[in-house]
Amino acid sequence: MASRPEPSRARRVLAPLVAVVALLVIWEALVDVGVIPSFMLPAPSQVVMALAEDAPLLLEHSLVTLGEAAAGLAGGVALGFAFALLMDRFETFYLAFEPLMTISQTIPTIAIAPLLVLWLGYGALPKVVLVIVTTFFPVTVSLASGFRSVDPDVVDLMRTMNASRWQIFRYAKLPAAADQFFSGLKISATYAIVGAVIAEWLGGSVGLGVYMTRVRKSFSYDRLFASIIIISILSLGLMKLVELAQRAGMPWKRAERNKNER
Amino acid sequence: MTTAGEKNAQVPALSAEGLTLSWDGEHVVVADVTVDVAPGEVCCLVGRSGCGKTTILHALAGLTTPVSGRVLLHGEDVTGRPGRVSYMLQKDLLLPSRRIIDNVCLPLVLAGMRRDEARAKAAPFFERFGLAGSELKWPSELSGGMRQRAAFLRTYLMGADVTLLDEPFSALDALTRTEVRQWFVGVAAELGLSALVITHDVDEAVSMASRIYVLAGAPAAGEPSHVIGEVAVTRPAGERSFELTDEYLAAKRQVMALLG
Repeated sequence: MASRPEPSRARRVLAPLVAVVALLVIWEALVDVGVIPSFMLPAPSQVVMALAEDAPLLLEHSLVTLGEAAAGLAGGVALGFAFALLMDRFETFYLAFEPLMTISQTIPTIAIAPLLVLWLGYGALPKVVLVIVTTFFPVTVSLASGFRSVDPDVVDLMRTMNASRWQIFRYAKLPAAADQFFSGLKISATYAIVGAVIAEWLGGSVGLGVYMTRVRKSFSYDRLFASIIIISILSLGLMKLVELAQRAGMPWKRAERNKNER
Repeated sequence: MTTAGEKNAQVPALSAEGLTLSWDGEHVVVADVTVDVAPGEVCCLVGRSGCGKTTILHALAGLTTPVSGRVLLHGEDVTGRPGRVSYMLQKDLLLPSRRIIDNVCLPLVLAGMRRDEARAKAAPFFERFGLAGSELKWPSELSGGMRQRAAFLRTYLMGADVTLLDEPFSALDALTRTEVRQWFVGVAAELGLSALVITHDVDEAVSMASRIYVLAGAPAAGEPSHVIGEVAVTRPAGERSFELTDEYLAAKRQVMALLG
């Protein structure tokens, strides 16, 4: 079967843009003509106005949430790296923790958040810990399977060059895992903001989650939507950062992509 | 007292003495294999798929320890000690994350040389190995033949004068394969390398080697492989297309007859 020709760049940008604009126009019209009452669903124009009015406040809360998410993500990556290394080095460790890690992922974040607040208080710590808990799994799994994906013949070849265990890790295993690591990191980055917000819902004095709880209680749904938009922007921003890091960290990927496109 | 030259003529560059190898310690894969490669000689060990060729290669490279027998490098016992002979497979095994020059320099860097020093040492060989201009390319940007030449340069820079090759060029397309084989024999002679090529491809064996060992057996059916014969290949001097000569066909016939 012949594959479809690649859509042009203009089409790739225009098609989703038109779809979003059309949705916004329909939404605005439905609220404006009164099909949906504005207290149930604020019109996009109201949301934009709320965004503008509360901009300084939103910025303040966003910075706190972003800080917690970044700290938690860094912690999750560090912990994930340590776990993946141990799983790669010791088969028993892998066998012992692999099922536990899978099970831990079936526990909903929202269920453990209150416990963390109970144990760790209302400060930043339970938020950071929750983000660590949610982001560490994708990083660990992607890294562990990335390390395992190394060609055993490459390892043999390096052994004939008298390579040490550390050299085999650095030159063969680590680069072999880079692709999967960044895929995992991208997922973790999206979890990070959401994780921080969920933890903030359950207690605290500052952060986007706290802001959301407050505006929800005062029925300011336009402000609630404004905070949702901010959460999306922050998550997309983090994902973009991961992509940039990947591009910088894996320069050989571009050569491979160019070859495939040729 | 003998001079170094006379000594080299007597002592093989690489020899396996009565190698018996097994995968699990019980199931014998190859039994009592004795082969030797003279200094500057290219030999082949040919046998059907699954007869234990790669097992022998691993043992010769020191990656595994034989049940019995020894591996000697210039007379020195190197049984079970990796890092003494260089080693090249059908897959080029270039690291996709390193530029060609850094792939080629890998053995030098692993031995503790600084990167810029290693690059400087490797650079002069690019011309001779047909890789000029591709120093800073990524492996994915090179053709199969060039990648294999880069792999060979990396093997050469390991600094061992004995090289083991496991079906080195069989993944290449037919024309490139013939070209690269001839090129390899030329470069090996020029650099004074001794090589043992392990292959199932009779043509590869005859076109590269001066002597061919034939290995046969069915280890999977409980019948360990042995060396069942040795064929000398004579290369008519000055002949460009060795593959079309009577000598080539004669050697090929002998090997095929032994393989059955």
